[in-house]
Amino acid sequence: MAQQKEKFVKFILTVFALSSLLFLFLIFAFILIEGLPLFLKIGLKNIIFGFKWAPTKGSFGIFPMIISSFLVTSGALVIGGPMGLSCAVYLSEYSGKKMKMLLKPALELLAGIPSVVYGFLGVIYIVPLVRNFLGGSGFSLLATAIILGIMILPTIISISFDAIGSVPKSYREGSLAMGATKWQTIYKVVIPSAKSGIMAGFILGMGRAIGETMAVIMIAGNALKIPTSMLDPLRTLTGNIALELAYATGDHRQALFSTGVVLLVIIMALNYIANFWIKKKRI
Amino acid sequence: MDVKIRVENLKASFGRQEVLKGITVDVYKNMVTGFMGPSGSGKSTIISIFNRMIDFEDGAKIEGRVLFDGADIIKGVNGVELRKRVGTVFAIPIPLPRSIYENIAYGPRLNNINDKDELDEIVRESLKKAFLWDEVKDRLGISALKLSGGQQQRLCLARTLALRPDIILLDEPCSGLDPISTAKIEEALSELKKDYTIILVSNNTKQIARISDYSAFFYMGEMIEYGPTEALFTNPKIKKTEDYISGKFG
Amino acid sequence: MRIKPGIIDKIARIGFNAQAFFTVGILVVIITIIFIKGFTHINLEFIFSSPEDMGRHGGIFPSIMGTVLLALLSIVFATPLGLGTAIFLTEYTKESAFTRIIRFGVESLAGIPSIIYGLFGFIFFVIKLKMGWCLLSGVLTMTIMILPTIIRTSEEAIKAVPRNLRIVSYSLGATRWETVTKVVLTSAMPGILTGIMLSIGRVVGETAAVIFTMGSSLRLPTSLMDSGRTMAVHFYILAREGISMDKAYATALILVLSITVINILAYYIMNKVVSRYS
Repeated sequence: MAQQKEKFVKFILTVFALSSLLFLFLIFAFILIEGLPLFLKIGLKNIIFGFKWAPTKGSFGIFPMIISSFLVTSGALVIGGPMGLSCAVYLSEYSGKKMKMLLKPALELLAGIPSVVYGFLGVIYIVPLVRNFLGGSGFSLLATAIILGIMILPTIISISFDAIGSVPKSYREGSLAMGATKWQTIYKVVIPSAKSGIMAGFILGMGRAIGETMAVIMIAGNALKIPTSMLDPLRTLTGNIALELAYATGDHRQALFSTGVVLLVIIMALNYIANFWIKKKRI
Repeated sequence: MDVKIRVENLKASFGRQEVLKGITVDVYKNMVTGFMGPSGSGKSTIISIFNRMIDFEDGAKIEGRVLFDGADIIKGVNGVELRKRVGTVFAIPIPLPRSIYENIAYGPRLNNINDKDELDEIVRESLKKAFLWDEVKDRLGISALKLSGGQQQRLCLARTLALRPDIILLDEPCSGLDPISTAKIEEALSELKKDYTIILVSNNTKQIARISDYSAFFYMGEMIEYGPTEALFTNPKIKKTEDYISGKFG
Repeated sequence: MRIKPGIIDKIARIGFNAQAFFTVGILVVIITIIFIKGFTHINLEFIFSSPEDMGRHGGIFPSIMGTVLLALLSIVFATPLGLGTAIFLTEYTKESAFTRIIRFGVESLAGIPSIIYGLFGFIFFVIKLKMGWCLLSGVLTMTIMILPTIIRTSEEAIKAVPRNLRIVSYSLGATRWETVTKVVLTSAMPGILTGIMLSIGRVVGETAAVIFTMGSSLRLPTSLMDSGRTMAVHFYILAREGISMDKAYATALILVLSITVINILAYYIMNKVVSRYS
């Protein structure tokens, strides 16, 4: 009798475990089912490399949005990357126990703040700042990059911190023993050794930034052209979907799913690359 | 002397490595039987076959027969059922992270014994037989992790007794314990053999000589010699046994 | 002219210090602003009454209930699935091609951005299954979204339980399931609960996946098929439409406070694990 129960339990648990695969399959299937037909109908090139987005008139070019997504992400990395890495170095190499106990929960909290709140504060404080000091409407690539840079800080800090922490103590001791200062040791020994982990953190940060939706649509301004300066407004792939899904129908709606397909491909690629770098570090 | 456990040509291997090369032995009822030998001789493997814990190891192949009271325990019985009748004490004390009382009650509760009075009785009886009752009777509710090493090991012994098994296996139970705790456990075993069949695995020949009635010497997967302890120790028939007992290797 | 390495060292140290403080400073600034601007507008009436005039006046009770319902129901679905998967991967199988495929599935799910979950939930639950914008669509979508987190944290917690405890349980005649429930899970519970708390925090803060599945009705959802808002969705609409700054700040404060409390609870539970084993 007990053996029957054990078999039953194992069966149920197997089904539960398979559910993850089922969900993954469903998600990919339905996004593709809705998104692929338009690629076939209009042509892959016309969508991915098309410059004009006017869905009600039959134009489904999302190239400007692809570029905008990458620009915004690069901007976020420029702003959040060095600062995140520095924080990770500080946490790992300089800070005492007290600072660690303060910083770690602080980072968790920072990561827990919803993106709509970031977007809101960005509109109220960062956008006017850009407008008043640099010009333009303020709803810009720069403002978006700043807010996204802050949002990806926790990701970059925690992964870089892990990477730096796993550099063996002997490396540091060896360098110091040869007369290098602490900074020289960090710069020439620790960071290079932690390189693949840090890269992974940056790539995951990229993934987060490209997938970010709410904060971006509140700050980026919603222009359909490729931005030519930091002060120009823009629309990202995520923004495209979020801004129009509620009222799109027919081909228009399908175009939004096609946008989703492109986004999914980019992000999955980034995730796999990042995981690859993380695993490389472990060896 | 009744035979409690009959082992017939027991072989065991992990992958290509042969761990037991054909063991045949009769273990007698109501005695302490010592299994001694250096590390790697296979004694722990025999124990893991007796309690079917070997089922949890990958790639283990077993041949031969092991009979408890005439019934085959390798193929003929369900591992879970068997382990309710065979108690095991391991080399290090492993208390569950719960109270002393609940550690002992764990086994009986698995058998659906949940009546408070019955459990109280089982706990008291088991702790008394393990010579631990007096030391903990007023604090059965405290965490078992708070006991000393020697007390924890006696707790583990009491835990197996709560299941009222026929056979108790002890695999190097005193290896980490101080002499006083060791003595207490040995005293408990000497009392317990009146009601149970006990197998004691140890690399400590002096301990085997102290408390076992019959002894078996294992070396590299084979049983070299087996017989009444006193005879085996004073007059070993095989040179290797003599070398081991006198400490020439170990 | 060669700069002494000692000076660069000092500059570096100050630089790192400064950036760390800056980062903490950002958090402090955010929380302070929201607190100061939102605090005055929060009172019992705000919490317990319904919005009037699109949220310009009145309270956010329906949104609070919407959030609570969405979070709780998502956990109710995701926990058995996630915990079951974690138990399966750790206790019932050895590492094999099969487990690697499942882990691949879980990792992939974890990497999907929330807008895609919104897209999927929309087309699958709202449109194809004809459930419309409703609590159930939101719950099912969020369940899938938080599943990887629950699986990961549960697995870690279960793996941290010492192997010896399982050996003892088996040797006393327990079956695998009895060992899992009576020994492994009881020890792993703090870690598992932490994962659950973190997932609740995620649901509370999520907007993109919620607005396209649960919708944005201002009414209090009374059944699974009713649409409704969560605080995050309400906050977004207030901000986007410029309806009321005061109410927006107040909503943001309650939102951030809720998530902070949840995070603190998660930390508290996690620390209980450390003390139990020390």
